[in-house]
Amino acid sequence: MSGLMRELAAGRRRLLMDRSSPGRVGATLPPPDVPEQELPPDSELREDLDFPEVTESELVRYLAQLSQFNFSIDHNFYPLGSCTMKYNPKLNDEVASLPGLAQIHPLQPDDQVQGALRLMYELQGYLTEITGLAGTSLAPMAGADAELAGMLMIRAYHHERGEAWRRNVLIPDSAHGTNPASAAMSGFDVVELPSDAHGDTDLEALRASVGDDLAGLMITLPSTLGLFDSNILEVVRTVHEAGGLVYGDGANLNALLGRVKFGDLGFDVVHSNLHKTFTQPHGGGGPGAGPVIAGPTLVDYLPEPVVVRRASSDESAAYSKGRPVKSIGRMGAFHGNFGALVRAYSYISTLGREGIIQVSEDAVINANYILSELRDCFDLPYDRSCMHEVVFSARSMNRDHHVSALDVSKRLIDYGIHPPTMYFPLIVEQALMIEPTETESKETLDSFVAVMKEIAREAREEPHLLHEAPHDTPNTRVDEARAARRPELRWRRREAAEQDQGGEG
Amino acid sequence: MGSESFRSPYTPNTDSDRRRMLDAIGVSSAAELFEDIPEEHRDPVLDLAAPLSEMELSAYARELSGMNAAPGDYACFLGAGSYRHHIPAIVRHITGRSEYMTSYTPYQPEVSQGTLQTEYEFQTLCSLLTGMDAANAGMYDGSTSLAEGALMAARITRRDRVAALDTVNPRFIEVLRTYTRSQGIAVDVVSRDSPEIGDRTAALLVQSPNFFGYMEDGGRFSELAHSKGALLVSYVDPISLGMFRPPGDYDADIAAAEGQAMGVPTTFGGPYVGIFACKERYVRQMPGRIVGKTVDTRGRTAYVLTLQTREQHIRRERATSNICTSVALIALMSTVYMASHGKHGMRRVAEACYQKSHYAASLIEELPGYSLPIEGTFFQEFVVECPLPPSEVNRRLLERGIIGGLDVSDRYRNGMLVCVTEANTREEIEGLAAALSEMGGAG
Amino acid sequence: MNPADLRYSSEHEWARLLDDGSVEIGITEFAAESLGDVVYVELPPVGGGLTQFEKMGEIESVKAVSDLFTPVSGRVLEVNERASDSPEVVNEDPYGAGWLIRASLDDASGLDRLMTADQYQEFLDSQAA
Repeated sequence: MSGLMRELAAGRRRLLMDRSSPGRVGATLPPPDVPEQELPPDSELREDLDFPEVTESELVRYLAQLSQFNFSIDHNFYPLGSCTMKYNPKLNDEVASLPGLAQIHPLQPDDQVQGALRLMYELQGYLTEITGLAGTSLAPMAGADAELAGMLMIRAYHHERGEAWRRNVLIPDSAHGTNPASAAMSGFDVVELPSDAHGDTDLEALRASVGDDLAGLMITLPSTLGLFDSNILEVVRTVHEAGGLVYGDGANLNALLGRVKFGDLGFDVVHSNLHKTFTQPHGGGGPGAGPVIAGPTLVDYLPEPVVVRRASSDESAAYSKGRPVKSIGRMGAFHGNFGALVRAYSYISTLGREGIIQVSEDAVINANYILSELRDCFDLPYDRSCMHEVVFSARSMNRDHHVSALDVSKRLIDYGIHPPTMYFPLIVEQALMIEPTETESKETLDSFVAVMKEIAREAREEPHLLHEAPHDTPNTRVDEARAARRPELRWRRREAAEQDQGGEG
Repeated sequence: MGSESFRSPYTPNTDSDRRRMLDAIGVSSAAELFEDIPEEHRDPVLDLAAPLSEMELSAYARELSGMNAAPGDYACFLGAGSYRHHIPAIVRHITGRSEYMTSYTPYQPEVSQGTLQTEYEFQTLCSLLTGMDAANAGMYDGSTSLAEGALMAARITRRDRVAALDTVNPRFIEVLRTYTRSQGIAVDVVSRDSPEIGDRTAALLVQSPNFFGYMEDGGRFSELAHSKGALLVSYVDPISLGMFRPPGDYDADIAAAEGQAMGVPTTFGGPYVGIFACKERYVRQMPGRIVGKTVDTRGRTAYVLTLQTREQHIRRERATSNICTSVALIALMSTVYMASHGKHGMRRVAEACYQKSHYAASLIEELPGYSLPIEGTFFQEFVVECPLPPSEVNRRLLERGIIGGLDVSDRYRNGMLVCVTEANTREEIEGLAAALSEMGGAG
Repeated sequence: MNPADLRYSSEHEWARLLDDGSVEIGITEFAAESLGDVVYVELPPVGGGLTQFEKMGEIESVKAVSDLFTPVSGRVLEVNERASDSPEVVNEDPYGAGWLIRASLDDASGLDRLMTADQYQEFLDSQAA
């Protein structure tokens, strides 16, 4: 690249404060229309706000160019395991922006917002039905927030019964990190539970771990290995017999829609990630929403509010926000991420019963198709049919050709495909966790399979292509150690001088 | 519409595709793939309605939307933690872009520089606005930011109580209790006029402007907290920081705020974005995602998620927080808002809120039967003591096309918390005063 | 190779007896390599007490965090500021400039409960098998 081209590339990355030029304006305001009021004394006021001055046009150019450095579902196949990166229907966004839904204030009295409350009430009903439990609170703002809510409910239950000594929560070794973190935040001690050779819960280890101090079990179903635990009924029975309760992490609910209900399996409380299963866009890392859904044992402990319907009253005030009698309290200032709830509601409504069942069928077929097509190229640590995602291992490839799961992932970027989840679950060495979702066509899967086979060939014959990947992105691999050793977390004025040297690299 | 004929517009597989894939898998039917599910519980009855087409759903959604009294159609004077400010068109345009909206948490920096660099901009602007050393990439909302601030202070000081002034939003106190109770941290609500904090207090939590809209003396509370070895956790309104002294000015250790006021519709309470900032020496104790600056293998500037060992996916049960999916897109809305308003726009919005709310207060204060019970400087909200219960006042206001303020009669006799921002016109303000005047006359 | 004049713990820390009777403590080359790029060390405060084989701090790489266990009982006399400020030195020179703390020794016999270089190498070999 020429010096000028490097300079232009660096220029596109300049931060707002380095784009600022005194006198430029990005937003207009009407002139004051009320009689002038006396301002507070200067001692209460700030001297100056050091903020950028850029025009709207420059801002759009900057942020539009930057956006193109992202992969996204709309542009790329995004088989990121456990994240359920399915297509986000555009109708949902349109519905969520209707003024009567987007503009209403959270503290308006219930009789002014009957439409919003009715929507929440119906969504609560959908989720309760899909999971086969007794009641739903839409308050938690993400999956981890719902885990916290659910574990606080279990804690409150044991305390209420005078069994505060129940401090142990069992969590399988394949679990997502939020599970132990949420259990710890809820005041529990975490006991790790091993998986058996088939990837199911190790029943012997489970029986050895349950005792008087057992508060409960947090389990993901299907597991993060993409497997439906074939011991699940025995697992639930064992925990219940010891006086514990069962928390179901519904991150992988996509696989089970219409196929089985958590309630029928004996789960006491579960959550659903609306940004996974029910198409709230991921937004580069949120917002999500994590309704928490409880069976009869825990339904009175749900976080507030829960929307209730009074059958006898007139339609204009039928719905109201209620507080379950033993509620653990509030998870946030208001009623959860309503905008995400609207999108999930819209999605479920457009699919209906038939569409919901079709989702899990196609998600599972797609994952098993990838399993069968790629099983000769990568190690398969658990050789059985999977649910909505398949976990391969690059262990042999790493041993024989010094090509890691990371290298495979980075090389996929060169082919325009987002990498799968890597190095998770932790119990699979060199894990590559692939979740195609039901919204991808056979043609897309076939081209993905072709790419993965080509990468496997490259790993044998031209491994440098993988080691140096990705090649054509705005940044090659980045120095994470440098970022963590001497954290630079914001623009500072002295950087202006460095940037002026221009044309880095 | 019959079930046989339903085809989802989001799932491309045809029966023929499925047949070919099942053959490749080596099973005769999709049902075989679900055989790990206990047979007695497989394929339960699912009581959901039939699918709605786009036209049908749009019509039903418009009906639900129409059942709500939407601010915009009504003049609205509600605040108390969720604020209506004008949102420039550019905010929705940028955040509606697929590249930002339909991407995941930026774990793969080579294909996420758009998200990462905009998050870095968010951290920068939040640091500058609060006057703090550093900020993270956002929390769920302002209330959880405040609660996480309290937890962080407890970790840093190794103390087990937090004190919140009695002028902090009572909903925030409820959230604080949800987050702290199970961790053995006690919450003391202390008098703003004579706060008592002890040697087990990890943090003093101060909201300014407070729940009732009035500015607190940050310097005084900062000295008090520090004299007892506690941290000052300051909760602020970001719009107010366009003109008022920021937490960094009075030596706050942690600053929390609700970013919703900057570019995010009220949306019946969420999604919003919590702002979280702190002093440099505490960054490794921060919760949430943090983006750092670094270089790539060719020496070019790049951004990356950093200090990840704090987080649940690495430290698991010992993480600084359990937060995973956060609110990146909402943080981007606030970023665009801050950037487009810039140095002078932020000040002008703040002053417009101040001017209009003070004009409204001056009109209402003159009305027979109404008074302002609180002394001091307020920003854009103030408490009015009404001649009637606020619920009754609000009912009558709604008939006149006005959504009134929040009922705070549990704290002030017939108290109503009125919020006026730059989005309220002079006509609306005078309409409110006229409506209240009529009621005052009626007794 | 692991220096012969040091003593080693099964948690991959080493101790070096200095002329003045104090000990220098660090992590082994094996530990440094296993961790990868060290990005942060959290060390005990000067003056703090140490109990043999108990946790004394933490060491972090980009994607992992490990507890540090003290190989001896005693009191912290000095922490290596360079390891705090430039943690890469722990990778570059784990037995030299990458030392972590210097401590007084409560009881010289505590060193006898540690492994010699040869024993440590055997221990590593047995772990790898």
